[in-house]
Amino acid sequence: MQYANSLHEYRKELKQALAHEFQRKALENFTSSYRKSRDGYFADCSLEEIIQDIGLAKDSSLKQFEALYQRFKAKAEAMGVQVHLARNDREANEIISEIAAENQCRRVVKTKSMTAEEVKLSDFLQEKGLEVTECDLGEWIIQLREEVPSHMVLPAIHVSKEEVGKLFSTVTGHTQSTDIQSLVKVARRELRQKFIEADMGISGSNFVIAETGTLGMVTNEGNLRLATTLPRVHVALVGVDKLVPTLKEALPILKGLPRNATGQSISSYVTWITGANDCLAAPEGKKIMHVVFLDNGRLALARDPVFSQALRCVRCGACANVCPVYRLVGGHVYGHVYIGPIGLILTYFFHGREKDKFLAQNCLNCQACKAVCVAGIDLPRLIKEIQAVIQADEPRPALNTGLATVLTRRKLFHSLLWSGKYLQKPIQGRSKYLRHLPQFLLGDQDFKALPALAGKPFRDRWEDLKPRVTRPRYRIAIFSGCLQDFVYPEHLEQFVRLMAGRDIAVEFPKDQGCCGLPVLMLGEKEAARQIARHNLRALDPSQYDAIITLCASCGSHLKENYPYIIGRRQGVGVKVRQFADKIMDVSSFLRNVAQLESNLFAASGPRTAYHAPCHLCRGLQVKDAPRELLTLAGLEYVPNPDEETCCGLGGTYSMKFPELSASIVQDKLERIEALDVAYLVTDCPGCVMQLKGTVETEQRRLTVLHMVEALARQLKT
Amino acid sequence: MNRNQCIQTFISKAEAVSAGVITVPHVQQALEHVVTLCTDKEACRLLASGCEHPLSQEPADLCRLKEWSKIIAAPDLAAGDLETLTNLCRPLGIRLIEKGLHSHLGGLDIGLTWARYGIAENGTLVLDSSREDIRLAGMISEIHTVLIGASSIAATADDLLEPLTRLFADGPNYTAFITGASRTADIERVLALGVHGPLELHICIVQDC
Ligand code: SF4
Ligand code: SF4
Repeated sequence: MQYANSLHEYRKELKQALAHEFQRKALENFTSSYRKSRDGYFADCSLEEIIQDIGLAKDSSLKQFEALYQRFKAKAEAMGVQVHLARNDREANEIISEIAAENQCRRVVKTKSMTAEEVKLSDFLQEKGLEVTECDLGEWIIQLREEVPSHMVLPAIHVSKEEVGKLFSTVTGHTQSTDIQSLVKVARRELRQKFIEADMGISGSNFVIAETGTLGMVTNEGNLRLATTLPRVHVALVGVDKLVPTLKEALPILKGLPRNATGQSISSYVTWITGANDCLAAPEGKKIMHVVFLDNGRLALARDPVFSQALRCVRCGACANVCPVYRLVGGHVYGHVYIGPIGLILTYFFHGREKDKFLAQNCLNCQACKAVCVAGIDLPRLIKEIQAVIQADEPRPALNTGLATVLTRRKLFHSLLWSGKYLQKPIQGRSKYLRHLPQFLLGDQDFKALPALAGKPFRDRWEDLKPRVTRPRYRIAIFSGCLQDFVYPEHLEQFVRLMAGRDIAVEFPKDQGCCGLPVLMLGEKEAARQIARHNLRALDPSQYDAIITLCASCGSHLKENYPYIIGRRQGVGVKVRQFADKIMDVSSFLRNVAQLESNLFAASGPRTAYHAPCHLCRGLQVKDAPRELLTLAGLEYVPNPDEETCCGLGGTYSMKFPELSASIVQDKLERIEALDVAYLVTDCPGCVMQLKGTVETEQRRLTVLHMVEALARQLKT
Repeated sequence: MNRNQCIQTFISKAEAVSAGVITVPHVQQALEHVVTLCTDKEACRLLASGCEHPLSQEPADLCRLKEWSKIIAAPDLAAGDLETLTNLCRPLGIRLIEKGLHSHLGGLDIGLTWARYGIAENGTLVLDSSREDIRLAGMISEIHTVLIGASSIAATADDLLEPLTRLFADGPNYTAFITGASRTADIERVLALGVHGPLELHICIVQDC
């Protein structure tokens, strides 16, 4: 839940969550086992097909909501169901409490439903004097603790069995053990009584079929079956986004949801309820049944050109399971009601700007969530867009205005960097790091040593380095990015060295500037567009066979984001597509185009771990080339399951949330050091900065290298 | 998938989610199997359904309501089969009920029902449980035993699109897909079977149906 009034307060909450030891351990175990097994969950079917089918079903259904709703209503009413449409949370709560009053209900059993959480239905009904019991085990535990769920599928993942034992001891008035099997059985009996006493059962629904008037529910425990069978009244509260035309559109969701959530090919129970069924407890032997559809902004959201895809969500929770931020702090601080990556988006729409203000900023843009979303939602992009929307209403932070002003003026920016190297002298001493930064400047950034600006940027070294090729078979341009131009020019130098004698003409168009990702990350869309157009002029794609970047972040921004942010402009669309098509990361280029031969390199080398930059492995989808290069260059590549986990930099993220950034990188290095490797190689200067700076501060026995540095070290000559 | 492959896949998938599966030639043998299950159950007394733990007053009273004679609930059998089962149960002192399950909410030993379809790819049983007694037999029993005709097992859920749509359209209807026993992992992600529904699921594939 979000109640922080300032970023400072929010960071305080995050720090407390970081200190919650049981939760950290539990999430660590859960998320790493999830990541390990997840690919196997789709071994027997086509994930791409499922993603596509879910997307199609959801997108098209919302467009024809009115017709589907009328169809469902007619069908359901003919079978004794009353159908309501609640425009907002308040209306939904009132409709349901009136149903309770009308039927003299006093006791309610409620099954797990995010929609009910969204409108805070239980609180509302309890205020009206009803007794509401959550009958899903995890939800019951949470209710007894007076908390909210911390995960969409595993609501009580932050609670230990000892805590559950104590809780159940209080409930039963007898001391309970901490044996999980026994605790589950105690809950079984305690809750069975609640089902029998209840007058009303409340459920959600995973899909609602218009054609037949059917509700479909996916569950494992069996509580929903009891809750929809024993009490005389059944109320289903469902988001309008759950409505699909026919059973056919529901089946892909049924395939994707349980697999992505828990790795089950289907859940233990899928319950299909059509119309008011037999119910002996009801006065006329027929269930009193109501279906309440909730709009709460969904229908308008469905028409939004950017955000409508958020409504495809099937609530599988997978995006949280792979998010490096969620993994550290859990759902109570990483969400409001909807938690995890999708929560960063939905909170704005369902619970308001104030609740999402700081939350929405808490994203590394690492793309891990996007890679597992079974509904194909581009979560990181929507999170960025939400940040921009929220920011539009705020006075622009100084950092934004400053960066936007400087980065859109290439010459100003570069001359500032020029003078920077003189200004840093007193704090630099003779090392390559900024040693004596005053604490007030550094703040909580002290977990990593910050690199100093290089004595001479790459652009000033270029004339001397430039290889002379008379009859080139291939022509490339280097896109250097700021970090490598001004901080790590040695990376580019090594790259040029690797090009020697390969008949490849290399050029460095000097008018290029920052790629613009930093300003986009701050939600400064206009500045990002200006920068993109500038670079497009500086590097005309028709002049080169490929444009190579050694920075994965620049690379994915140039390739993925440029067409998105400036592609709709008349005349620009084609150029930017051609430009994007020529962008290539350095590892793919060296491996697949330049085709470095193994005889260039020493036959053996140190044990080496690899860190896959988010923007490379997920952004550009490059996975094999870097790993193959390591082996080809004679290094002893030691794989590790954590390779694709973000290093915690996330551009300006690490300045905003230094505690999280530090924990992420420290955890990562801890695990890598345990592999007993000498090198840690990656192919992004941002990752190098984060990893190398932290290794430096913590004095770890690891050498962090950019891919081209590692390769150059292995060269025979 | 041909008929045989369907059945084999169905069996292995169902077993993978800890259902017990046997194949019998006729209903007669299935009924005998159910009675054996029930008598075996007697030998090892009550399954751990929670009543062995200290509970608060009302749930404990509910446990006491559970009768000490064994009960099989079979709300879904054809008249002839019901008679056969009655004859099998009587000498063993097992009570057989076919309706009024609502007055046994404390728990039943065995619920016996028919599945209308099976889905091989997941080991799923499809039960038309529109009648409340059939629904309860699969919910409040400690062992749920399901009979399924070998010819009713489809390869995939997609294959059932039409018959299911017809079934729903003809509502009111309450259909359940059941795959394995009721389960939870809500406490420390440790798997526990039998949280609200049956503690065990047994399937008898009847070859001549
Ligand atoms: S992009 Fe990465 S940090 Fe951001 S929400 Fe997705 S997984 Fe979390
Ligand atoms: S956004 Fe995607 S991954 Fe996240 S819960 Fe929704 S469907 Fe699952």
